[in-house]
Amino acid sequence: MLRLLMLLFLLMAPQAHAQDAFSELLPGLTGGFAQQAETVERLGALGDPRALPLLRALGDTRLLRGPDGTVIVSPGQPPPGSDVIRINNRVRGALRGALGRLQLGSPDPEERLRAAEAILRNRSADDIPILEAALGRETDARIRDRLALALGGARLAAADPASKRIGILALGRSTSPEARALLLQERIATPDLATDIDTAIASIDQRLALRRAAETAFQGLSLGSVLMLAALGLAVTFGVMGIINMAHGEFVMLGAYTTFVVQELCRDIPWLSPWSLPLAVPAAFMVTALIGAAMERGLIRFLYGRPLETLLLTFGVGMVLQQVVRLTFGAQNREVISPPWMQGTLVLPGEITITQNRAWIILFALFVLLATLAAIRLTRFGLEMRAVVQNRRIAATMGIRTGRVDAMTFAFGSGIAGLAGVALSQIDNVSPNLGTGYIIDSFMVVVFGGVGSLMGTLIGAFSLGIFNKLLEPYAGVVLAKVAVLVAIMIFIQRRPKGLFALKGRAADQ
Amino acid sequence: MTRRLVLLACVVLLALIPILNLLPDASPFHVSDFIVSICGKWICYAILALALDLAWGYAGILSLGHGAFFALGGYAIGMHLMRLIGPRGVYGHPILPDFMVFLGYTELPWYWLGFDWFIFAFAMALVVPGLLALVVGYLAFRSRITGVYLSIITQALTYALMLAFFRNDMGFGGNNGFTDFKELLGMPLNTPATRSVLFYASLVVLVLAYLMCAALTRTKFGRVLTAIRDAESRVRFLGYDVTQHKLFVFVLSAMLAGVAGALYVPQVGIINPGEFSPGNSIEAVVWVAFGGRGTLVGAILGAFSVNAIKTWLTSFAPDLWLIVLGCLFIAVPLLLPRGLIGLLRRGGGK
Repeated sequence: MLRLLMLLFLLMAPQAHAQDAFSELLPGLTGGFAQQAETVERLGALGDPRALPLLRALGDTRLLRGPDGTVIVSPGQPPPGSDVIRINNRVRGALRGALGRLQLGSPDPEERLRAAEAILRNRSADDIPILEAALGRETDARIRDRLALALGGARLAAADPASKRIGILALGRSTSPEARALLLQERIATPDLATDIDTAIASIDQRLALRRAAETAFQGLSLGSVLMLAALGLAVTFGVMGIINMAHGEFVMLGAYTTFVVQELCRDIPWLSPWSLPLAVPAAFMVTALIGAAMERGLIRFLYGRPLETLLLTFGVGMVLQQVVRLTFGAQNREVISPPWMQGTLVLPGEITITQNRAWIILFALFVLLATLAAIRLTRFGLEMRAVVQNRRIAATMGIRTGRVDAMTFAFGSGIAGLAGVALSQIDNVSPNLGTGYIIDSFMVVVFGGVGSLMGTLIGAFSLGIFNKLLEPYAGVVLAKVAVLVAIMIFIQRRPKGLFALKGRAADQ
Repeated sequence: MTRRLVLLACVVLLALIPILNLLPDASPFHVSDFIVSICGKWICYAILALALDLAWGYAGILSLGHGAFFALGGYAIGMHLMRLIGPRGVYGHPILPDFMVFLGYTELPWYWLGFDWFIFAFAMALVVPGLLALVVGYLAFRSRITGVYLSIITQALTYALMLAFFRNDMGFGGNNGFTDFKELLGMPLNTPATRSVLFYASLVVLVLAYLMCAALTRTKFGRVLTAIRDAESRVRFLGYDVTQHKLFVFVLSAMLAGVAGALYVPQVGIINPGEFSPGNSIEAVVWVAFGGRGTLVGAILGAFSVNAIKTWLTSFAPDLWLIVLGCLFIAVPLLLPRGLIGLLRRGGGK
């Protein structure tokens, strides 16, 4: 007996807390069923957090009668022969209400969410008033959602059809597949309400389809913005200068590794480390732009007018860069951590969830596009660049140093590739062959959008991204890629110069 | 005249390799099994290089997807070899290859029918790459996609095929491809005798392919091809059908690459989707560029020499190989635009 008591956990003696309302109620639990039920209800209304474990123990028959009116909570299943407090159905009903009220009123949102889930699982019309009250108090949107769902479910479980109808209407306004499942169950249970239920299901389906479409569109935008970042640099080097740079993917990869290095450098400076990503943006641009300029001056300029040789040479440069990075940083993936302000998901109205870092990348891509356009249209450098592209000799006679402009243009395009690398480091593995996966797609974007047209690159990237994501659910990732490829080949049949073909003199090389 | 003698000498020297392999180990002229198998591989590479040179060096079509034709030829013969395994597989299924049993196939997919005949499989090794080249070439040449655009499209083609062949439900063994072959034409693989037979078959094909390409390039057709390479628009304005010329040579080249793949797979005993990787195709381009594009001997020389460097280098510094290969890509267009052959000819001319 002594050993048994040691196993048990003595909750409290009434004498010690006689002045406490909670403690004053406790002896009522050991009384008759009617008194028990009343005590339980009062405990629930009291809202004292200590009541929660106590009532749970009562429900699980783990509450024991202690000496002179005290109660003892047994941590596990009490041994046979212990003095367990027994309850009947009436007490059980009161207990459920009290428990739900206590949990739903808990200050901890996780606890409230769990309570809502529990009520949702065993739906009963008895819970309706508790849920209504809780819904009135609740401020957390996520919990409100669950509570509304639970309330709808509870109303469906009610006996009278009027209450059921309210539930059906309420569930029909939600956007969750669970509400749909509840309604389907109810449709089988009560065929009388089939028409109401069908309209509710139809309206849920409509909203679900809308949400799916919105999410697909977002994924497409996200892929498109990544493609655009990778293709924008190509649009400058390949589209404007006509240099085919197969090492472009490796520049993207170098941008991602620069981000990694900047992150490692900032790691030990606490106030700086959340801002390593914005710092990496200029760093990546500088690193790749410098390598690009060196490559143009040192190698590519000797091969102007020989595109196939340029292709081979730049491919070789890409190979060397990739292998050098592999030997310095290792072949395994490097992790670039998203700063805290980029983590997490955004929930838009209609329960459309989007990951924050992808949303940031879309913004970043648009920013880079605008900056590129501004650099080409509004700056001195952009003017010289356009002059050299239009007529190299006359530009030279006007005093423009064409060689320097070539180098700067190539460096500019390569720098944009580095920016793409910063963005990619947030959503893809930073590994030496990061760039290879994107290079072919980016060339497709440039060819599709029209060589030499930045607007074409924008439209091309987003339409390819969205087309890809639209196909994926039906065809799978690989077949979607193949289909896009075939579609582009057929498209080129119709419009060999891309969507936005240059017209007039600029069109012939 | 001397050039022909040198070529003949090279062929004879190659032909001697399997014979020298039969000599006792102690003999100073003994050639190891390793040399025999690696030379057999290189001969297949040389055929691929020849095919690529025909398209690039003569017609100016820089295909970065010739590895795809090579791999398709290899897959065709690989399917035949898989069918020949019969009930000797791990699962012992009388008809289905192991990977199909593993993936839960109940019967052979329709596109595997006929591959139990060697002739059919070998014909497919020619027809499938040829057809693919016909379709891609028709679409591309018709809309006058030339130069780097064509290169990118062919690279995308081999990339897409690689992704497709990696899928298990394609019915081509997915990731693992085909391996564990047992026999070909009644001869067990992996015996010295079979290895010699395959070696000689490859050598004969190489010689025949060389003679065919040499004859082709000397005809009027060949001259028009060279003209297309140098000034496509001008040839078109002169009234030649450029599309047809290019299409013919592209398809021929793809079929030759397919044969090379078909000869390659029984010798190495494995084919998997990795053969489709764009890197393989571009490596073949560097053979041709290094040896000297636009000369048939150059392509063959390039295939042998680059692979010799690769084998030698990967034996002691595998990490360096990709850097050296990259440097080859950089150095050849800048320093050796005519390749090794150009260097030799210039040296000989002086």
